[in-house]
Amino acid sequence: MGGRDRHVRPVELILTEDGRPVPSVLAQVQELHRNNGEEPQTLDPHLAEGLPSAHILRDLFEGLTAESPEGRIVPGAAIRWNISRDGKTYTFYLRRDALWSNGDPVTAEDFVYGLRRSASPATASNYAKALLPIANAAEVLSGDLPLDELGVTAMDEFTLQISMRDPTPYFLALLTHPVTYPVHRASVLEHGSAFSRPGNLVSNGAYILEDWVLRTRIDLVRNENYWNAENVILEKVSYYPFEDRSTALKQFRAGKLDWTFTVPNNQFKWLRKHYPDELVISPWLGSYYFGFNLQREPFIENPGLRRALALAIDRDLLTEKVAQFGEQPSYTLVPPGIRDYVSPIPEWAEWTQAERNTEAQRLYAEAGYSEDNPLRFEIRYDTGQTNKKMALAVSSLWKQVLGVQATLVNEEFKVFLQNREQKVLTQVFRAGWISDYADAYSFLNLFRTGHGGNDYGYSNNLYDALLNEIAAERIPSRRRRLMFEAERVLLAETPFVPVYTYVTKRMVNPRLKGWQSNVMDHHYSKDMFFLRAVSDEAPSVELEEIEIITPDQAEATVADETTLAVPEKDVIEEGVIEEDANGTGDETVPEDTVE
Amino acid sequence: MIQDSGMARHSLRRLLGLIPTLLMLITVAFFLMRMAPGGPFDSEKVLPPEIEANLNAKYHLDEPLLTQYFRYLGQVATLDFGPSFQYKDWTVNELIAQGLPISLTVGLTAMILAFVLGTLLGIAAALRQNTAVDYSLMGFAMLGISIPNFVIAPILILLLAVYAGWLPAGGWDWSIASMVLPVVTLALPVTAYIARLTRASMIEVLNSNFIRTARAKGLPESTVIRRHALRPALLPVISFLGPATAGMISGSIVIERIFSIPGLGSYFVQGALNRDYTLVMGVVIFYGVLIIVLNFLVDLIYAWLNPKVRYDEKH
Repeated sequence: MGGRDRHVRPVELILTEDGRPVPSVLAQVQELHRNNGEEPQTLDPHLAEGLPSAHILRDLFEGLTAESPEGRIVPGAAIRWNISRDGKTYTFYLRRDALWSNGDPVTAEDFVYGLRRSASPATASNYAKALLPIANAAEVLSGDLPLDELGVTAMDEFTLQISMRDPTPYFLALLTHPVTYPVHRASVLEHGSAFSRPGNLVSNGAYILEDWVLRTRIDLVRNENYWNAENVILEKVSYYPFEDRSTALKQFRAGKLDWTFTVPNNQFKWLRKHYPDELVISPWLGSYYFGFNLQREPFIENPGLRRALALAIDRDLLTEKVAQFGEQPSYTLVPPGIRDYVSPIPEWAEWTQAERNTEAQRLYAEAGYSEDNPLRFEIRYDTGQTNKKMALAVSSLWKQVLGVQATLVNEEFKVFLQNREQKVLTQVFRAGWISDYADAYSFLNLFRTGHGGNDYGYSNNLYDALLNEIAAERIPSRRRRLMFEAERVLLAETPFVPVYTYVTKRMVNPRLKGWQSNVMDHHYSKDMFFLRAVSDEAPSVELEEIEIITPDQAEATVADETTLAVPEKDVIEEGVIEEDANGTGDETVPEDTVE
Repeated sequence: MIQDSGMARHSLRRLLGLIPTLLMLITVAFFLMRMAPGGPFDSEKVLPPEIEANLNAKYHLDEPLLTQYFRYLGQVATLDFGPSFQYKDWTVNELIAQGLPISLTVGLTAMILAFVLGTLLGIAAALRQNTAVDYSLMGFAMLGISIPNFVIAPILILLLAVYAGWLPAGGWDWSIASMVLPVVTLALPVTAYIARLTRASMIEVLNSNFIRTARAKGLPESTVIRRHALRPALLPVISFLGPATAGMISGSIVIERIFSIPGLGSYFVQGALNRDYTLVMGVVIFYGVLIIVLNFLVDLIYAWLNPKVRYDEKH
């Protein structure tokens, strides 16, 4: 813990020409203490669900693709890939220098084994739905086809081919999810369900599992066999499962944590005042809203009334006074932050709140409600401070503007989920969605007829048809238009009341650099490093002589040389796809960069 | 000797009585847990049906409930509590084995601290009844009982960990430093309660006839207290100790959460909220056995302290 005193200012970050931090600015001790919110459910990548598992697994393993600090898809274990013209065949060329932590080479067979294990009914992976775009995955998962029918083939030792059911433009992003990671076959066979324990776990990422003290600490240390180990600066990463937000904050203030999972809900002002450099708030890919049960009165066939309720809440007030952490008022389903997608903004989003209220009152009266005959319904929410405050605030705004008599019903989470799903008791309920991949389809699909998450009972043939078109479409510009149209159709019927889009909020040691805020909130420890404190020994290098590059400029160069020439993800995709759109491309190949 | 064999027979009977009690406990807990709405795999991200089917098959949740019940009874008979639904890499046995030593250490240390301190304070207050000492001690005890530990704990953390930096703000590494705050916080209300209990019963005993007799015989006051008053005065404290100890060593959910201690306590709440059927059953059975055994021990101590309830064949 030397040099990790509390509240020390870092020296200025100085980067060399290849984007590496100059050694003289680095701290002596490169150990990161991260709070992870709770104990991870598992360290078996294929059983992983929930954020805590995924955070650790991203450090331990490396999928075919990975993410840069700002969240772009970059090559991982695959150095490059081809996507066939119809978008249904992906060919991945693996790094030849990638090794497992025990020194075995990482081969295409490891990925085949990993994906088959993930899809196996015997594994019973919760998150195997991420595999569903792969050919035959649904049949393999349901046990109707044997494992080797899964559309995944090793063409040779370092070439992997994946056949798809549908062109899935977000497939490269899905491949950063742990459920698609390779596992080391020999150690899985040897240790069975105990293969994820320290000492047994063989991984291919930047870190290896050193120690796992249940519900106390998980220690990772640098994997010397990682192909890019020489550029991994943090020697050790400890993940803590502290659930209590104020305890974690106190640990941070006492200098025991460098990175918290979140911050206590009601301390925004205090934190902003006393820890302006440590408090980090940034947009997250999630929407918070209230859903209507469209199968129960008074909301069946009553879009005017639903719209009145959507209009009558002052979102600026709700985000500023209730949510409080810089959440953004929302008027749509899909949150901002998805590359190449902008939601259709409803006309009323441009109005003043007074104008909205007037229109809301008109619609309310039109639906047959008045002061003497007020609308009555229940708002259900699951136990939680923010949910309660938000439901209370929304109901009082509805009362104030329209005279609505809403009753609040607080339910335990699983009871709440069951009631939502059954659609018998619910009328208005707390809802929200945080996506696992940056694609608008993930949000739009929730309102598909019969979708497991469609607790609104929303059903619209036109909308479903648009969703089917989106699923089959691979030209980004057309797909984008279809998604825009689908969201417009959805918003016009107001099956939910958008409230705000989520933010991530945490405390970060100001000396920790190399990471950036991104909408997915994925942060790989391998990119991070600690700066020396100002009070530490002065640098031996002349500052003026070194060109100072901002972290943004330098990011692309942080990775290994071999990846340097690889264009960033969207460039690859765009290039490939534009060519196809013009009908000129056959098998399109992104720029080859293999050694 | 006769007395000992009576004692042994009584103990055996008590221990055999454990089995139907436990069976009842398991049955009620099992079916109550299954009656709770929702299941272990429900989340806001709904599972596709084929995946849910695989999960149900893996954990035998696709079988009729009675089959599952008897399967579970069979497992428990071999002391195998099965895999946890929530912590997928661990079995319930491993989870309990990991949490128990920690909860035991915190709980027992706190209990011993509370017992020693509580009785001493209680006796001191009783001997100086209605003096300033008595009032101030009982005043503090009242505060200790009425201020909840979720208020005391953060204050202690703020003062001793954040500002002074003497102790860790939370976490567990088996060091004395990491034990101090949780043990003290856990012990405080119990100390206060024991002090009040001891004081009340001591005062009652001191006013009883046999103490008057002892004093009349001219025994020095210290002997009167130690030889005659102490034992009967502790009886209500002892009967309080059984369930209290069980509660304390099976982990305090509040203390464990505030201090981020990986003990057993949070398994009760987290297990129930997550519908982690096997984990909840495991800790419920464990807690049941603990209470039964501790109550039994308390009875034995009671018998030793109080001749009136000895299991003597002659009476």
